[in-house]
Amino acid sequence: MKKYPTIAVFSFLAFIAPAEAKQTLTIYTYDSFVTEWGPGGKIKQAFETSCDCTIEWVAPGDGVALLNRLKLEGSGTQADLVLGLDTSLTAEAQALGLFGRHGIDKTRAKVPVPWADDVFLPYDYAHFAVIYDSEKITSPPKSLAELVDGPAEEKIVLQDPRSSTPGLGFVMWMKSVYGGKAGEAWSKLKRRVLTTTPGWSESYALFTKGDAPMVMSYLTSSAYHRISENSARYKAAIFSEGHYLQIEVAGLIEASPEKELARKFLDFMLTPGFQDQIPQGNWMFPASDTSSPLPANFNEEGAPPKTLLFSPEEAAANRKAWIEEWLNAIATP
Amino acid sequence: MLSFTLLQAGLSTGLSVVPAIAVARALHRREFPGRSFLVVLLILPLTLPAIAAILGVTQVYGPNGWLGGWFQLYGLTGILIAHVFFNLPLAARLLLSRLESIPADSYRLGAQLGFAPRDILRHIEWPVMRAALAPAALLIFLLCAASFAVVLILGGGPQAATLEVAIYQSLRLDFDPARASALAIAQVLLCTAVVIAGGRKLLPESSMAAGKGLWKNAYARSPGSLALDTSAIMLTVLIVVPPLAAILINGLSSLPAANAVMKAAFTSLTIGLASAALALILSMPLAYFGARAASEPSRRFLTILSLSAWMLPPAVIATGWFIALLPFHFGGLGTALLIVAMNALMALPFVYGGLAAPVAELTARDDKLCASLGLRGLSRLRSIDLPSLRAPLVLAGAMAFAVSLGDLTAITLFGSGDIQTLPALIYRQMGSYRMADSAGTALFLAASSFAAMWFAEVWARKT
Repeated sequence: MKKYPTIAVFSFLAFIAPAEAKQTLTIYTYDSFVTEWGPGGKIKQAFETSCDCTIEWVAPGDGVALLNRLKLEGSGTQADLVLGLDTSLTAEAQALGLFGRHGIDKTRAKVPVPWADDVFLPYDYAHFAVIYDSEKITSPPKSLAELVDGPAEEKIVLQDPRSSTPGLGFVMWMKSVYGGKAGEAWSKLKRRVLTTTPGWSESYALFTKGDAPMVMSYLTSSAYHRISENSARYKAAIFSEGHYLQIEVAGLIEASPEKELARKFLDFMLTPGFQDQIPQGNWMFPASDTSSPLPANFNEEGAPPKTLLFSPEEAAANRKAWIEEWLNAIATP
Repeated sequence: MLSFTLLQAGLSTGLSVVPAIAVARALHRREFPGRSFLVVLLILPLTLPAIAAILGVTQVYGPNGWLGGWFQLYGLTGILIAHVFFNLPLAARLLLSRLESIPADSYRLGAQLGFAPRDILRHIEWPVMRAALAPAALLIFLLCAASFAVVLILGGGPQAATLEVAIYQSLRLDFDPARASALAIAQVLLCTAVVIAGGRKLLPESSMAAGKGLWKNAYARSPGSLALDTSAIMLTVLIVVPPLAAILINGLSSLPAANAVMKAAFTSLTIGLASAALALILSMPLAYFGARAASEPSRRFLTILSLSAWMLPPAVIATGWFIALLPFHFGGLGTALLIVAMNALMALPFVYGGLAAPVAELTARDDKLCASLGLRGLSRLRSIDLPSLRAPLVLAGAMAFAVSLGDLTAITLFGSGDIQTLPALIYRQMGSYRMADSAGTALFLAASSFAAMWFAEVWARKT
């Protein structure tokens, strides 16, 4: 009698086997990459026509949630590829020992800093920037120092660096400009902070509702308003000290059975088939060639005078202490 | 950190629960145009995802709001306004459903004895309300202690951080589960202490037989009570309506027509109904057990049990589950079931709170009769208990549905992009610069829960 279940299992396997013939590439990414407005759908389509495979997106939240999912799953992860970490998270991600070398020519990555990472490969980037409402602010700050010292009545909305990547990016920005004096600078800036939100979305919503005339965001935010909303109201302020950079990267899982397919995807990632979707899908700058140049009004403000960026190791080693410094300065009444 | 948590949660609870007593009485004894509309509105704030409510509040009271920034919103004021907006209506609704269970006979008897309104309050209404007051206050205290989006955003930043934020941080950015567990244990101890301290009169002692019908107006003719009731109702309207109106107005300018909204609405509806059903199934045995439990400590334990999902931060419970279930690689259906289970747990105190008293009254009234008739088990449930518990069951289920509809914790922790509820969609729209669309979705969410509540009220009242 015991045979029958075995036979049933085998016939079941025989039944599902053909479906397995098509390879599946499981990619962990962040939420907004795969919404109906995000670039995920079109990228999936473009890759699937070239590989006779299926892409399965898994989006556990934002970039930080993505890293935590990997920490929770460890070597049992279902991911073949992870797309959406940024350079302030990569050192920690690499320390998990899950990622393998990408083996792709690094010079193909066109980002504002020379790319030397053998494990992670960039797919887009943008500088952080303060976005202001030009109907309310006629003379925007021209430097981080002017932002810190400016009038208390003109408020800014920031994000909590403990839960948001732009929030963390701003802590890094303050640190790379003020160094040892960052604590003092935070205490001065505090007068101008309307509030601090857990994520970017809440802060941007408060800003566009008009509760504050400034918000911490990306240089590319103004491009969204110009292109999608045909409005020149919200502009990015360019700071003379330079802007901190966010580079978003992808990496493959060493132990994945689909490692070769994952590598093929990384190769595809730096071609126009992928990059064309980035500017107006993810609202970031492409990290390699697109098939046509960016729209003229994509970057009206021009490139920042200088790019600021800590190495992943420096960022990982100091993150806790710098967040603590922010908290002490901003949370003391 | 700890003292601020206690301060804001304590103040929010007091400011919500004390006026709610007057509001519940006013709604109970007055009949006025729009009364049933207002009663349905009371549950609405509960279904709103925190960010939608926060944007509604800033639209009214914010620096650029309708009140033109008369006062400084961000800070303790903002936290209190938002928490009262969420919880005063909730407390009023919970108390009102207790008042409505007072049989008309009690009022008639009061009238025959020549009771003044004051005596009616003291001898008839207060005992019933007091029984519901402590659990409602506890629940609201826990909700306020746990609401970290409101505290962080309207509190003006991390200076107003609560224990919950610290737990969230150690789970998220630091990913330090050991520290998170230690903080979570601290929170559980704190909450247990509050529950035990405040819980002496936790469960209803009232054994009055529940009856139908109201004896209205006969005792409320004095100008003083009319003024009190009018101002209580005006207060509720002033607190509840403006932020909801803001959501309505903002949403109308970009009404959603997209498929995504309909799909998300269907997902939300399914998860909401399943969670409500599960919460009812879990609460019924608890309520019966509590009603028949002989000892006070075991009743108190049940109340603590029903509050467990709020004492332990949902993020901690969810992470625990995630780790436990990791080896099984559950797919989309497994994720959906986890979200349902999590939402049901979060709804448990609302459902248990709504069922405990009616079940206690029912068992006190009918246990002997049913035993003598030999009615037991399912046949008793079907022929006696379910029909007489219909109103509390429907209302408790509606509340569970409301809690689930507005929840974002479970979905963000387990969700993997393919399960998209309305609150998740609101967040994603906001995350993709689509603020106007998200306002439309928020309106759609509010309107659908209003429709569900309206339906529940009508159904509960049908005789």
